[in-house]
Amino acid sequence: MRADSSRPRPPLDPRIYQISVLSGLLIYGLGWLHFDITPGRAALLLSTALLTQYVCTKLWRLPKFDPKSALISGLSLCLLLRTNFAALAVLAAVVTIASKFLVRWKGKHIFNPTNFGLVFLMFLGAPIWVSPGQWGNVAYFGFLMACLGGLVVNRAARSDVTYAFLISFAALQFGRAFWAMQRWEVPIHRMESGALLLFAFFMISDPKTTPNSRAGRILFAAVVTAFAGFIQFGLYRTNGILWSLALWSMAVPLIDRLLPGPQYEWTRPRQKPQTQGVIDEADSSPRHRPLDQPALG
Amino acid sequence: MKRILLLGTVLWISLLWANPASCFCGFYVAQGNAKLFNHASKVVMVRDADRTALTMANDYSGEPAQFAIVIPVPTVLQRGQIHVGDRAVMEHLDAYSAPRLVEYFDPDPCLRYEALRSAPMSQGMARKAADSMNSARERSLGVRIEARYTVGEYDILILSAKQSGGLETWLLENGYSVPAGARRVLASYIRQGMKFFVAKVNLGEQQRLGFSYLRPIQVAYESPKFMLPLRLGMVNADGPQELFVFAITKNGRVETTNYRTVRLPEGVDIPEYVKDDFPRFYRAMFTRQVENENREAVFLEYAWNMSWCDPCAADPLSADELRSLGAFWVASPNSGWNPPQTGPQTTFITRLHVRYDARHFPEDLVFQETADQSNFQARYVMRHPWKGEGSCDGIREYRRSVRERRVKEAETLATLTGWDIASIRRKMGGDWSDDPDKPVPWWDRMWKN
Repeated sequence: MRADSSRPRPPLDPRIYQISVLSGLLIYGLGWLHFDITPGRAALLLSTALLTQYVCTKLWRLPKFDPKSALISGLSLCLLLRTNFAALAVLAAVVTIASKFLVRWKGKHIFNPTNFGLVFLMFLGAPIWVSPGQWGNVAYFGFLMACLGGLVVNRAARSDVTYAFLISFAALQFGRAFWAMQRWEVPIHRMESGALLLFAFFMISDPKTTPNSRAGRILFAAVVTAFAGFIQFGLYRTNGILWSLALWSMAVPLIDRLLPGPQYEWTRPRQKPQTQGVIDEADSSPRHRPLDQPALG
Repeated sequence: MKRILLLGTVLWISLLWANPASCFCGFYVAQGNAKLFNHASKVVMVRDADRTALTMANDYSGEPAQFAIVIPVPTVLQRGQIHVGDRAVMEHLDAYSAPRLVEYFDPDPCLRYEALRSAPMSQGMARKAADSMNSARERSLGVRIEARYTVGEYDILILSAKQSGGLETWLLENGYSVPAGARRVLASYIRQGMKFFVAKVNLGEQQRLGFSYLRPIQVAYESPKFMLPLRLGMVNADGPQELFVFAITKNGRVETTNYRTVRLPEGVDIPEYVKDDFPRFYRAMFTRQVENENREAVFLEYAWNMSWCDPCAADPLSADELRSLGAFWVASPNSGWNPPQTGPQTTFITRLHVRYDARHFPEDLVFQETADQSNFQARYVMRHPWKGEGSCDGIREYRRSVRERRVKEAETLATLTGWDIASIRRKMGGDWSDDPDKPVPWWDRMWKN
């Protein structure tokens, strides 16, 4: 980091916060919730993600190796991906990181990397799984995550998509419970899910893969919710939100065309106009942004 | 830089093989099976793709004439989809997968030979009650009798309903005692398109068949819904209910998606005296774990590929037994017909144990089959110290290690069960006059005084 000493010290990259929060969640999951992942497997996922990022940086001749986004994707895989096979963990990490470089449209990668890695392998029928029940419903944990997550998203801006998703998902669950004449405890129980909060604050909020305009993002959150509801209540399948996000991510270029807005960048030159309270930070690699360092997984 | 890269690569490759393999040898001596719990129901759930076969055994112990159950099912069932199962097969499955105690005998520290022995043990306990009923007339209250069968000793009706009020009235008029609060739950199932499987005992058939107990009811259906309805059972429950789910699948372990699935503590050393009181230990330990998880978790007690176990607490289920429970993909040597084999056919069993009540389990259990093939069993280890005389140098060190082990065993048992440590030590016997919590000084070990 050879920062220009003449400039004032920039605020921290929001991804540092994300890395801290995800690491904390992983430690909590490993130490207290006994996730089905060993520390060794977590290290394998993280190192493979970083290695892939490094190789892709060289292949695509990016000016600088930035481990932050890869670390976020790797940590997210540690929290979500479960498999008996080390080789599949490696493959998932490679696919996750490589998707940022390969699956692109007009300078943006289309899929949230971790979401793509998981859905791609599940779609192929690989022996992996995601355990939405692993977090339990311990309320204080949910609050903790929401607070920490809120902090992260606010720093990274585009928190509107998180709120829009949570509101529409709550509407779906409460509406469904009302229709099915269930007790209110049922939708409340579903909203108290740690997996849902993780998704809302750390996956769908990915500013690099959501639509550029606010209206587009709210629309995006609504359609992701609607299709997730169809998977949960119509097809009776698990992980509806993951499948739905992957599906609708493909529609983001279309949404951007219909509802255009400025593209998000993690690190933004000071002179650029601010939108939605995005942090300002001196970009260490100005002008050269052929492949933005992607967001969290 | 190159060196760092090389080191990193070596580390990374070592992580690929970082899956620790575990193995053990020993003999099973005690089981904690489902009979140890009051208000316990057992459900065997065979599932592959959308095909589901349920075998339900409840702990009803009253008059057969008073027995009746109402179970929500996803589809209208044909006669061929209903069957009466064999209780012995369920008991076999229960025994096979139950948490167990294994015992090891310390070898003579001077001679270093091994002695292993085993002694089987069993336990039995009481049962509970359900609803009551009588048979009756057909009538339109928005209730439709979709089908009516007599299968084994059961008279079975498949009902569909438009309104819970109508269904409740119909059930009441037909002599079923519907508990207060059932209407709302029935309404919810009706809204979700569920049908109702109503069974009562046909006394004539029961006498003719000569069974003195109620055999498990089996149903097979095709539905994407991979769930178990709990809520009707909670309506008239006077306390927490105990449910054992034995899932039999092809690909791997089954877990709940809307509740946390937690592994029971396992593989820990516990004092020798527990051998005589293993059921009490299992109950206390389970209760303690339930409390630790705020009564909101489902517990994994066993997950195993049934093609082998080493050693087995009970013999694995035969192909015929598996098929009788609904594992349709298992080739049966006696049936004459074998399903087409495409690759290796595994049978994976998951045993889940849940203590539920309406407050902590607002939703029905929803499951998913994972690709997890790793084995797990709730196993507790008892080590018998060497009791013989010895005069070698090692005997002193050995006795010290046994003493330390006993201290730890007492602590483990107290942590697992919440029992008072003083009473545990008393039951363990032996000399505790020397403060058992006091660690052995490191210099004692160094110079072997």
